[in-house]
Amino acid sequence: MQVQAQLALKAEVRGLSFHYGEVRALKDINMALHEKQVTALIGPSGCGKSTFLRCFNRMHDLYPGNRYEGDIVFHPDGLNLLGKDVDPIEVRMRISMVFQKPNPFPKSIFENVAYGLRVRGERNRRNVEEKVEQALRGAALWDEVKDRLHQLAFNLSGGQQQRMCIARALATEPEILLFDEPTSALDPIATASIEELIHELKQKVTILIVTHNMQQAARVSDYTAYMYLGELIEFGITDDLFIKPKMKQTEDYITGRFG
Amino acid sequence: MTTSEHLSKQFDADLESLRSHVLQMGGLVESQILAAIEGFATGNRELFERVINSEPRVNGYEVTIDGQCSHTIVKRQPAASDLRMIMAISKTVTDLERIGDEAEKIARMSMQIHERDRLKAQRFGEIRHVGNIAVQMLRQALDAFARLDAAQAAQVVREDATLDDEFRSILRQLITFMMEDPRTISSALEIVWIAKAIERIGDHAKNMAENVIYIVKGTDVRHTRFEDLEREAKS
Repeated sequence: MQVQAQLALKAEVRGLSFHYGEVRALKDINMALHEKQVTALIGPSGCGKSTFLRCFNRMHDLYPGNRYEGDIVFHPDGLNLLGKDVDPIEVRMRISMVFQKPNPFPKSIFENVAYGLRVRGERNRRNVEEKVEQALRGAALWDEVKDRLHQLAFNLSGGQQQRMCIARALATEPEILLFDEPTSALDPIATASIEELIHELKQKVTILIVTHNMQQAARVSDYTAYMYLGELIEFGITDDLFIKPKMKQTEDYITGRFG
Repeated sequence: MTTSEHLSKQFDADLESLRSHVLQMGGLVESQILAAIEGFATGNRELFERVINSEPRVNGYEVTIDGQCSHTIVKRQPAASDLRMIMAISKTVTDLERIGDEAEKIARMSMQIHERDRLKAQRFGEIRHVGNIAVQMLRQALDAFARLDAAQAAQVVREDATLDDEFRSILRQLITFMMEDPRTISSALEIVWIAKAIERIGDHAKNMAENVIYIVKGTDVRHTRFEDLEREAKS
């Protein structure tokens, strides 16, 4: 795997395998995440891309019988995210996640966004207000909701709910944002606004996104990884991968020859 | 280069139709050059008319094929080799259309030369010779396209250098004629234009060949040294 030396790395995946009980879902994956770049994971259903994404914030810890092998080294501290002594809650503060369907909590918009801060133990009201506003602005939602912050989040449209979830993820000022098919439940207009947002967010954070939409991967990402049956088949600069992939398997998948 | 079929049979059918239209257009253009060169040698009016009358059909192919390319992009958002194929086809039809224009130029100027009936047979052999090289290059470029053969495409690029040399040699000879007998100047100039048109056909065939290498290898070999191009084609 060739990695461009001039770009700083935010994380390095080394020999990562993952087991759901007896099933080995990821096989010896080695890959780098470039800082403040968008990396897209593509591949057919069941190829392990969501499983891979979830390793980054230790989501798999929530279920017994799951097992990691290998390291995900988080830079600049050199922390192994998968280390036994690493607190998953702390990991999730620094690496946030946005899911396929917007999942607002049954609370007000304000309390949704403030949730992570409260979990972290932030008590200062002014601090919370400031960070909530900052996060909502970061998610390009502030102007639309600033007059109804205390209404129930369910009253927002689907696209707004998803942007609110992004704001919630941003509130703790994470260093990596994980997106698991963030637009698959949205219409094209809402999708475009999320994609635009991803483009802006990468000024501040490193982004890893799983998408079924290859055009989306081509549009939003700087790097793309193609996965198949739990293996990383090809990783490279997005433009290169979509115009001149190195592996025949990648070519077959992105050209729709995959049978 | 992937040759297996798409999940979408319709996509395969669309691409196949595009490719075969390009080859049909290429065949038509090739017959135009052959007729133009033959007309230059024989002065047969019927041949000139045939070249000139084919022009609208060539233009029609260009518009149709470009339209099909746009439709395919909109419908399929092609990637990798499919994308390269469509990009290359869109460029190739421009080259083919221009070859058609050059053939028409040759036909019109040959007609004038024969009407004035000066500077007879003197340069006929040479023009026919370079004309044949150009036709051969076009044929090879189309063949390389049909079979996606990068090595054959590289051969076309190599031939272009030969054609350029031939053109310069014709030019030198015509200058000698003109200096010896100024009455031949206007006809000699027309022959220069014809030779130039043939040389341009070679350039377009070379472009087409470079497009084939792009489709097959994914590397843009335009404006590179021949050695690098050849290495890429054989890689």
